[in-house]
Amino acid sequence: MSTSEQSIPRGHVLRYTLKERLTHWVAAGAYIYLLLTGLAFWSPWLFWIAVILGGAPVSRMLHPWAGLIFFSAVWQMYVMWSPQMHTTDVDKAWWKAVTYYSTNQDDKMPPAGRYNAGQKFLFWGFFWGAVALLASGLVLWFPERIPWNLRFLRYTSVMIHPAAALFTIGLFLIHIYMGVFAERGALSSVIRGDVTLAFAKRFHPGWYKEIVGDSTTPRK
Amino acid sequence: MSQEILRIQKISGHSGTVPGEDTQREYTVCKLIDTTTCIGCKACEVACMEWNDLPFGETVFDNTYQTMPETRWNYWNLILFNEHEREDGTLMWLMRKNQCMHCAEPGCLAACPSDGAIVQYTNGIVDFQQANCIGCGYCITGCPFDIPKMNPKTNRVFKCTLCTDRVSEGLEPACIKSCPTGCLHFGSKDDMKFLAETRAKQLREHSNHPNAGVYDPPGVGGTGVIYVLHDATQPELYGGLPRDPHIPWTVKLWKGPLKWLGNVAMVGGLIGLVVHYLRFGPKAHEDEDAHPGGTKS
Repeated sequence: MSTSEQSIPRGHVLRYTLKERLTHWVAAGAYIYLLLTGLAFWSPWLFWIAVILGGAPVSRMLHPWAGLIFFSAVWQMYVMWSPQMHTTDVDKAWWKAVTYYSTNQDDKMPPAGRYNAGQKFLFWGFFWGAVALLASGLVLWFPERIPWNLRFLRYTSVMIHPAAALFTIGLFLIHIYMGVFAERGALSSVIRGDVTLAFAKRFHPGWYKEIVGDSTTPRK
Repeated sequence: MSQEILRIQKISGHSGTVPGEDTQREYTVCKLIDTTTCIGCKACEVACMEWNDLPFGETVFDNTYQTMPETRWNYWNLILFNEHEREDGTLMWLMRKNQCMHCAEPGCLAACPSDGAIVQYTNGIVDFQQANCIGCGYCITGCPFDIPKMNPKTNRVFKCTLCTDRVSEGLEPACIKSCPTGCLHFGSKDDMKFLAETRAKQLREHSNHPNAGVYDPPGVGGTGVIYVLHDATQPELYGGLPRDPHIPWTVKLWKGPLKWLGNVAMVGGLIGLVVHYLRFGPKAHEDEDAHPGGTKS
């Protein structure tokens, strides 16, 4: 996709293309629906969520379809981003310095590229979480079709599905916290696509160095 | 079906207390099936369909006397026919009337996430309330006996009710009523257990069945349907009756420790993030660093 179609304000740089942003919001919308309906089935205390969302039978019917949409978006992310998600030496140094990161001493962090090691972990966590959720979810979609002698599939799925969901909920909480609260500019970057050069320099110095020669093109 | 008459002691997917919790009737009910006197006439199958007004469906012929391979959402009572050759070369033709076992600790109820879709009355009967069923099929996974079956058209799960409507009016279940050999009995659990043990003793001492015994598996807290078997050491011979049935451990793990760990982690994580924000706040940009306090000079 041509990035020049979009006008970038002065002092800003494009971080996410329209395709990347769309994929993100498809995944986000599907995930939030899955989270809410999933929590309703998780605990009797939260069953009211399913009632609000059109009734529990409707939630049960739509949850697997939303899961397919979510997985498709995650797969698209895999296609788009996995080449950028390999662990580098900077990432190893980043993890060693993660205490500085979590206490906002970002000047003491090694220079991250377009994605820092935490974001890469989030990416792979969501990817493998989505794979586990899909595999176990397909079994839970049609439990009555699983033959009796393959019942171990059902037995493992009822445990893997909530465990993988909890894992992604942990990632999700951190993701929302970082994107909406901790890093100002991150939320708007995935809505309008651009970040300030100061943002790029501060949080992704490696990436900043790559793009600073051509200040309107994010990469390639 | 008759919630107004029968008090409930367990409810699936329910937050808060249960109306009949901690109350007790004089007895829990029990069905006794003596497999040694069953002749496989299928009167109980017909009676079940008749009383419960279940639609007629096509049967499956697989070169046995069995009506179909397994129970269906609209066929709750099925006699399983099994041929077994003993060590001395003689043949045993084993017939077992299969239906919901009405476990004291029902796996279906433990696995069900929908409030009130599965209940256990204080008389011990486990009953599905299809009006509250959401069609998730978790009960199918929770059941160690492969009993709950889903209606593919409506996505609601059905099984034997132990004729709750009849029992609540002081009648015996339809299958019991129809049995011509008297191999089916119905009464209090204590009475049925006594009768079963007496019959098993008789088989051991006066017939050639030294391993005769009663099937009332403790792994699910005992059942509201108990069997007298010629050979209680080999329940598998009777159409795969599990030797030591229990709620799958993954279901217990999911509904027990995983639930508590998950809830603590989710709530703890939320609190942790709020506290982190209060302590550290947002990350600063370079241009903001130059002007602490947010004032631009």
